[in-house]
Order: sequence, then structure tokens, then C-alpha cells
Amino acid sequence: MSSPHDTGTRTEDRAGDGRTSPEDPDAAVLTRHQPPSLAASMHASLPRWAGAAAAALGVLVAAALVAVTDVHVALAVVVGAVVGVAAFVVASRVVEGERAATDRFVTALVTIAFVVALLPLVSVVWTTVSRGLARFDGAFFTQSMYNVIGEGGGAYHAIMGTLIITGVATLISVPIGTLTAIYLVEYGGDNRLSKVITFLVDVMTGIPSIVAGLFSLALFTLLFGPGLRIGIMGSVALSVLMIPIVVRAVEEMLRIVPARLRESSYALGVPKWLTIVKVVLPTAASGIASGVVIAIARVMGETAPLLVTVGLTASTNFNPFEGRMAVLPVFAYYQIITPGIPPQAFIDRAWTSALLLILFVMVLNVGARVLARALAPKTR
Amino acid sequence: MTTTTPALTGSRRRPGDKVFSGSAAASAVLILVILAGVGLFLLAEAYPALVAPADEIEGGEGLVVYLWPILFGTIITAVIAMLLAVPVAVGIALFISHYAPRRLSQALGYVVDLLAAIPSIVYGFWGFQVFALALVPLYQWLAENVGWIPLFAGPASSTGRTILTASLVLAVMILPIISALSREVFLQTPRLHEEAALALGATRWEMIKYAVIPYGRSGVISASMLGLGRALGETMAVTLVLSASTSAITFNLIGTANPPTIAAEIALNFPEATGLRLSTLIAAGLVLFVLTFAVNFAARALVTRQKGGST
Repeated sequence: MSSPHDTGTRTEDRAGDGRTSPEDPDAAVLTRHQPPSLAASMHASLPRWAGAAAAALGVLVAAALVAVTDVHVALAVVVGAVVGVAAFVVASRVVEGERAATDRFVTALVTIAFVVALLPLVSVVWTTVSRGLARFDGAFFTQSMYNVIGEGGGAYHAIMGTLIITGVATLISVPIGTLTAIYLVEYGGDNRLSKVITFLVDVMTGIPSIVAGLFSLALFTLLFGPGLRIGIMGSVALSVLMIPIVVRAVEEMLRIVPARLRESSYALGVPKWLTIVKVVLPTAASGIASGVVIAIARVMGETAPLLVTVGLTASTNFNPFEGRMAVLPVFAYYQIITPGIPPQAFIDRAWTSALLLILFVMVLNVGARVLARALAPKTR
Repeated sequence: MTTTTPALTGSRRRPGDKVFSGSAAASAVLILVILAGVGLFLLAEAYPALVAPADEIEGGEGLVVYLWPILFGTIITAVIAMLLAVPVAVGIALFISHYAPRRLSQALGYVVDLLAAIPSIVYGFWGFQVFALALVPLYQWLAENVGWIPLFAGPASSTGRTILTASLVLAVMILPIISALSREVFLQTPRLHEEAALALGATRWEMIKYAVIPYGRSGVISASMLGLGRALGETMAVTLVLSASTSAITFNLIGTANPPTIAAEIALNFPEATGLRLSTLIAAGLVLFVLTFAVNFAARALVTRQKGGST
């Protein structure tokens, strides 16, 4: 993004003010053209509404293109954006000069980048809410798919499955993750093992979720033979994804616990492990709690690892150690990919499940913030 | 202070301490074991496919011939996604760190993080039922008007479920990761460098060009690689969005014949797979693991080296 303007600005400026002294060889680029351009930019600048006006022009052009011609909307928007930015930059160049124009150009690009990123977010949320509301009813939360062929039914079994499997994964991950973080911060210090683990935890956050699922499958196949599909396999797969997130969150929190708290405790003769349990962990509790909640939110919507480990069933199963379990994302996936008759009933159930997943994740994210704030006074 | 009051002897190895530090160290080592286990167990389960005669593997021509197109599909979708996402992500990061009003910037950062919080299957639904359909006219236009570029050769897919759509959806999904990390390094630019540049009369862009970008460059590169790693391993969005119909290698991004990605191939064929077919899929998973591990390893090594250098 930067290279064309890079050279552009520099050469134009050199030509523009003609004052470049040949004897300032290196990076003094910034000082080269002080007097004229600074004066110019102080005397003349575009009014504050210029940006808004240029944006409005762009929107107008795009709207006109869509209304008059049969160009695709996306193309019209691109043309509108180009026209708006061009007008903005040309105006700036005429009034404020070359350097300011480049600055304006980059400002426009950066702002557009932000708006471009918001579009999919808005579109995804809007689509999910509008399509998901179709089946957002009582039956969806209270009935399973047992004996349901076409319309009706619900995702009670899948909701329960998601809660159970995520819950078990949390029970596995939080102790391991917390103890690892304690090792890294309180015991490991700067030794080689803790450096290697810190690095590998980072690498572990990048394991593709489906590989975590295959790992769990391979593990249970080696232990119990092929063809097994039970809830705990899904929990193990999710734990592989969750542990590094928990380690990171807890580690960060433990590191900001002031050293003088630990030292005061040692001075009173309290053993190190009691100091950690009674002083360090309670001080960091709010951060740890919110970190764990965010980790839960991160794995709750995972589909691929559960697709390969727990399968799908139409009835409710509360036992993670026996039989297949339905979970919300896998349920939603099969509803949309293999719709039955009438197809709309299946697609509606899929979108409602997607909406529910987004709600779960949002509630957990907001909950993490509330939790952090509610427990925070202890740290002061 | 002898044997009667062992707790006060000042010995650093009290029983409670031993148990506690031992279990902490054990957990830490368990992480190493898990990582090694991922590789070893996958290798063990994939072994039958590695030694099977060529004509018994799916496609009948051996593992390498089977894996090559899906590896190609994985890499091409992920690389395009990264190329599309990086400029926008850097723009967002700059917008939040240096352009947005200070009060707004935290809220805006939170909004971008929301993009990351949405489960991948929801992106898959959206890409499959909304975004792909919306792109069909654009693809037709591209095929008609710039079809001489091999990437847009056409004939355009009528469902829109093409490599380019998958890459665009992946780009949206990795945007928040890249922009969050880039934002972090941009914000770490020494305040004095920025103020010195501004005091010399630099415009905001010149300040960014001479102070912020040189400082953050390696951070942005490693953030991009982490995004690439995520895109390589993303499963459900690609499975839903990409209409994988062939195992041919093609650079036609908007056509009807698209190679699947490794992750999508596994998710699509897994439920019915048994025996050797299952081993073949697990072998594919192993390849994916090695690939993402390498990319993530490189990215993290870059970050670590940079941290070591700057302090």
C-alpha cells in the first residue's frame, strides 16, 4: 500500500520547493521542505466538512450508477469510492499542496478499510438474526429431534450436548492451564523448559481445530478400538484448543500480581504454595475468571473437532461417556447441508442454531467483561 | 527448631511445596506431551495409508497423487485470503491506533474483535447462502470482461461457491487476528519517535511512514503469517462455501471445478470413512498439522526474535 506514495511524495517535494540542499544526505527527508509547505498548510486548508462532502459525492455517484445503468452494485460502490477519494485528494492538492494531499489520500484509504471490515460483520449479524428468528420459539428450546421428520422439533438435545461437552472440556483445561501458567510464572523463571513451553503454547494456539479433533479420535481409537463416538472425545479435542488460551490468560494475570505481595507473605513465613493459593491466585481471580470465560466462548462454536469425534444423534444424551451426542454447531451443519422435506424447516433450524451460537458467544464475551469488573476491586 | 516444627525450619522443600510445584511442572510437561501426541497419534493412525499399495488409496494412484491437489487447494485459498486481508487489516489497525478519535478507538477495537468471536460455522452459513449468491453477477462480469486473465477465465460458477469466494470469506475471518496484532505493535511505537516526526513538520501519514511502519514491520509480517496459519486450517467455512467438485489443479478462481482444501476434504468425507479411507484422511490431517505448525513456528519465532532484539 505504501510504496507508490513513498517515492511519489519524496520526489514531488524535492521538485516542488527546490530548496533541497544537496549536502543533507540521509534521512532528513522530513526537514527538507519546511518553510513553504508549512506556511502553505497553515494558511490554506480544506474546511472540516470536506471529508464528509467527498464521502457524500461517492455515495451519490454509486447510487446514480445503480439507478441509471445495470452495473453490479459492488462495481458501482467501487466506482463511487474512487470518485469520492479522487475528488477529495484533488481538492486537497489544489488548496493545501502535495504533501497534505497524500496525507488526505491515506486517511481516506484507512477509513475505507475500516468501513470495508464492518460490512461483513453487519451482514453476517443481520442475516443470522433475520433468518434465525423464524424458529426462535419455545419448541426449539424444549424439544429434541427425536421422531421428528419434517417441520417442528428443536435443538434441546444439541444445546444440552454443547453445554455438557464444553463444560467437561473446561473441567479438563482449567486445572491444566492454570497449573502450567503457575509453573511458568512462579517456578520456571527463565529456565529452558519454561521458555520452550511458552513458545510451544503460542504455536499450539495455531493448531487447526480439525487436527485437534483427529488427535482425539486417534487417541481413543488406539485405546478403545475404531468406530467409537462419545462425548468425552469431543471434550478432549476442545481441551487441546482451550488449554493454550487458558495458559496465556492466566499467565498474563499472574505476571501483573505485584511482587511485594508475595514477598510480604514469605516474610510472614507462609510456604510458597500457600502464598500462591491464598495470595497470588485470589489477587488475579478476576482476570483468570474472565480469561476462562473467553476461552469457553472461543471453543463453544467449534464444529470440525466435534464433527469427527461425537457425531450426531436425534435424541437427548446426557452421558458424555457413552453414545453419540448432538452438539449445536454439528446439528446446524447437518441441517443445512442435508436438508430433508420440506427443506425450509431444516434451513430455519440451522439458522436459529447459528443465532443461538452467536448469542452464547456474545453473552460469554460480555459476561467476561462484567466478571472482570465485578471481581476487580480485590486487585486494588 | 528441629524435627518438631518442620514448617518453620526455613527449608524450601516443604511437602506442600513439593506436591504443588511437582503438579505445576507436570502440567507444563503435559503440554509438551500433548503436542508430541498430536503428531505421533496422527502418524500411528495414518500409517496404514502410508504403506498401502498405490491402487488402494482413494483415486487409485497413491497417496501423493491424492494429497497433491488438496494441498494445492489449501495453499491457494489461504494465500489469496492472506493477500486480500493484510492491506485491509493494516488499514484497520492504523485507523484504530492513529486515526480514530482516542475515545472511540477502544470501542472500535472491540467491534473488530467481535468479528473474531463469531463461530466459523456462522461465516460458513453466511458465505454459502448469502455472500456466494451475491457474488455471482460479479463473477459473470469478470468472466466476460477480464476473462483473458487466467485467474478469471470462467465460465463463471452459477452458485458462486468458488475458490475466490472461499478466500474472501477466509479473509474476513482472519482480518481481526491480523489487525489486532498489528494494532498492538503500532501502539508500541515509541511516543518520542512519533512526536519528533510531527515536530519536524511531518503530516500524519509521513509520521506513520517514517516512525510507525518501520517499527511495526516485522510485527505485521508475523501477524500475517499467523493469519495464514488460521486460514490454512479453517474447516467449516470452506466446507460450506467451496463447492469442491474435482481434484484437479486449477488457477481459475471463479470456475465450477474447484479443488477442496485438506480440512474441507476431511470434514466432507469423514462421517462415512472407515478403514484405509479413514487412514488416508488422517494422513491428510497430518500434512495439514505439519504445514500449520511450520507456519506458526516461523511466525512466533519472528515475534520472539523481535522481542529479544528490542529489549
